[in-house]
Amino acid sequence: MRKYFGRKIFVYALTFFAAVTINWMIPRLMPGDPIKSRLARASLNDAGAAEALYGYFNKMFGLDLPLWQQYLNFWVSLFQGDLGISIWNFPTPVIDLILGAVPYSLGLLLPSIILSWLVGNWFGAYAARSKWLDNTILPIGYILTATPYMWLALLLAWSLGIVAGLFPAAGSYGLSLQPAFTWTFISSLLEHWFLPFLSLFLVALGGWAIGMRNMIIYELESEYSNYLQALGAPRRLIRKYAFRNAMLPQLTGLAVQLGTVVAGALLTEIVFSYQGLGYLILQAIQNQDFFLLQGTFLFIVIGVLIANFIIDIVYALVDPRVRVQMQGGAK
Amino acid sequence: MTLEVSDLRVYYRTLRGDVRALDGPTFTVADGEIMGLAGESGSGKSTLSKSLIRLDGRMRYIGGSVTLDGDEMPIWDDRAMDEFRYKRVSIIPQYAMSAMNPTRKIGKMIAELLESRGVRFRDVRDELHRRLELVELERDVLDRYPLELSGGMKQRTVMVISTLLNPSLLIADEVTSALDVSTQRAVAETLVEFRDREFVKSMIVVTHDISLVYQIADTIMVMYGGRLAEKASAKTIIEMPKHPYTKMLLDSLPEVGVKYEDKRLSGIPGSPPGLLNPPQGCRFRDRCPLADKQCLEQPPFVEVESDHHVACWKAE
Ligand SMILES: Nc1ncnc2c1ncn2[C@@H]1O[C@H](COP(=O)(O)OP(=O)(O)O)[C@@H](O)[C@H]1O
Ligand code: SF4
Ligand SMILES: [Mg+2]
Repeated sequence: MRKYFGRKIFVYALTFFAAVTINWMIPRLMPGDPIKSRLARASLNDAGAAEALYGYFNKMFGLDLPLWQQYLNFWVSLFQGDLGISIWNFPTPVIDLILGAVPYSLGLLLPSIILSWLVGNWFGAYAARSKWLDNTILPIGYILTATPYMWLALLLAWSLGIVAGLFPAAGSYGLSLQPAFTWTFISSLLEHWFLPFLSLFLVALGGWAIGMRNMIIYELESEYSNYLQALGAPRRLIRKYAFRNAMLPQLTGLAVQLGTVVAGALLTEIVFSYQGLGYLILQAIQNQDFFLLQGTFLFIVIGVLIANFIIDIVYALVDPRVRVQMQGGAK
Repeated sequence: MTLEVSDLRVYYRTLRGDVRALDGPTFTVADGEIMGLAGESGSGKSTLSKSLIRLDGRMRYIGGSVTLDGDEMPIWDDRAMDEFRYKRVSIIPQYAMSAMNPTRKIGKMIAELLESRGVRFRDVRDELHRRLELVELERDVLDRYPLELSGGMKQRTVMVISTLLNPSLLIADEVTSALDVSTQRAVAETLVEFRDREFVKSMIVVTHDISLVYQIADTIMVMYGGRLAEKASAKTIIEMPKHPYTKMLLDSLPEVGVKYEDKRLSGIPGSPPGLLNPPQGCRFRDRCPLADKQCLEQPPFVEVESDHHVACWKAE
């Protein structure tokens, strides 16, 4: 048991290290000079003043140091929870911007992932037992999974948002409102939340339904099902086993899909101008704010790693095969 | 008679037409008889075995009857057959290694299976323990997952599960083909022991390897192209076969002193006929050295000597 988790933790630590390093490198490899473009927008006429400001900012962001020093500093401040100062929203600390955006992203992600997983598995399991349902759910499922997140988001924003006017198509809450614990604010929040949630939910739903349907059919044709049928076991028992066993790979699938769903959520936020991490990333790119970009990416990577780790643990707890292997394998 | 099969026809419906995989065999299996069922791959052995317990989705019952202890089995009716399954006719599948649900403890799975068949687990638990002991398994296999057992242990566990309700007829389809030689012998001996202790009344042991089944079978039935070629006592089949196919099958077996691999390569020249459009008359015709015009007509499966049935015009 300890060995199993020890190995897992080692792998996660390694992934984390690589992710941080790559994350540090990427913005530095991006073309353009963020401070220059920042200053250009300030449109200073005096060349000397621009020069001085440039040097000042460079020093302040630590960009005048040798690369290896920048890299080490990056790690040190990372552990101090310091992700630097935003260039776009100067001088707000990056961590504050991120912490402000995280609740919005989680509020979209968690419900859409969990609900699409539950509902998708449920639909898939039903599709596997009824021809009629199968013939409807399967094609719909395939269309949904094949739809790019961005595309469905645009479609929903346009149809339900702009044309039908049922839901607001942009923003996280009404422009005139201030965040507060009032009914007006919360209902506005929910209204703005619904469309981005729906588009994430729908795309993921199709994949889970198809996956579950195929897994159940596979399990029903497996040899243990065959054996039970030959011994006259009722369908009820065989289905119960098949459902249980089909759930397990769906759980692994959840871990595998997590990255895609998160990426999908980022795009969806951009489409709906929803103020989560995706929106921050867009701002960071447009303003060449690489501290913000770095910080946001880092946060996402850590989030995905933690979620994966949790799924790993849950999986080990529910699948006896993994449990047995952890205790030393077949005797 | 435990089992009486009469003119049983079971085909595979395919897009290109019916595959006549089981085309009218008529035979009986007596009380206490272990019948070996032999024949090359593709001769219809599995189709026959499955027909006696559960048709798979692609198989279609065409005609004929199967009677077990005097009661006709409704093999065309999947639901009605459930009554017979496990309690009166049971099977040790070819895939014993993967026959148990991997995510259930073995004991729990057995309990759920029994309860679902209306048998109280409590009532058979002691007998289950005794039988596990008989096949040299610890009682605690019931607390383990299939993954924790070796191949041989799984095989023995499945043998115990399949026979737990003392069925009249047990079908064992190629149960030994995936095993090494010493395990093969142990499994074969266990089958005989189960019969001797009357856990099962009669048995059909399917194999493509006559020499193996010879060690345990009372009688041997040879199939060819979805039909019966010959049935007689094991001794008669080995020592005085009458059907040209049986003779060639035996000739292709390794003899004492001959290296197995050398012989195996030779086999019987040619291959069994496809059963989508089987040849008219005797299905062995194009491989038979004795074939002549008469063989264009199908030879009946007749008793040429007492308890010795053959389907060949040239066997008298
Ligand atoms: N699902 C299927 N569809 C069509 N033909 C089949 C199918 N399964 C078996 N057959 C055919 O039925 C015949 C008998 O097969 P089988 O009973 O498996 O033989 P054996 O067990 O003796 O090897 C073969 O000719 C085989 O090609
Ligand atoms: S009936 Fe004719 S073809 Fe068939 S086995 Fe006998 S001799 Fe050969
Ligand atoms: Mg077979």
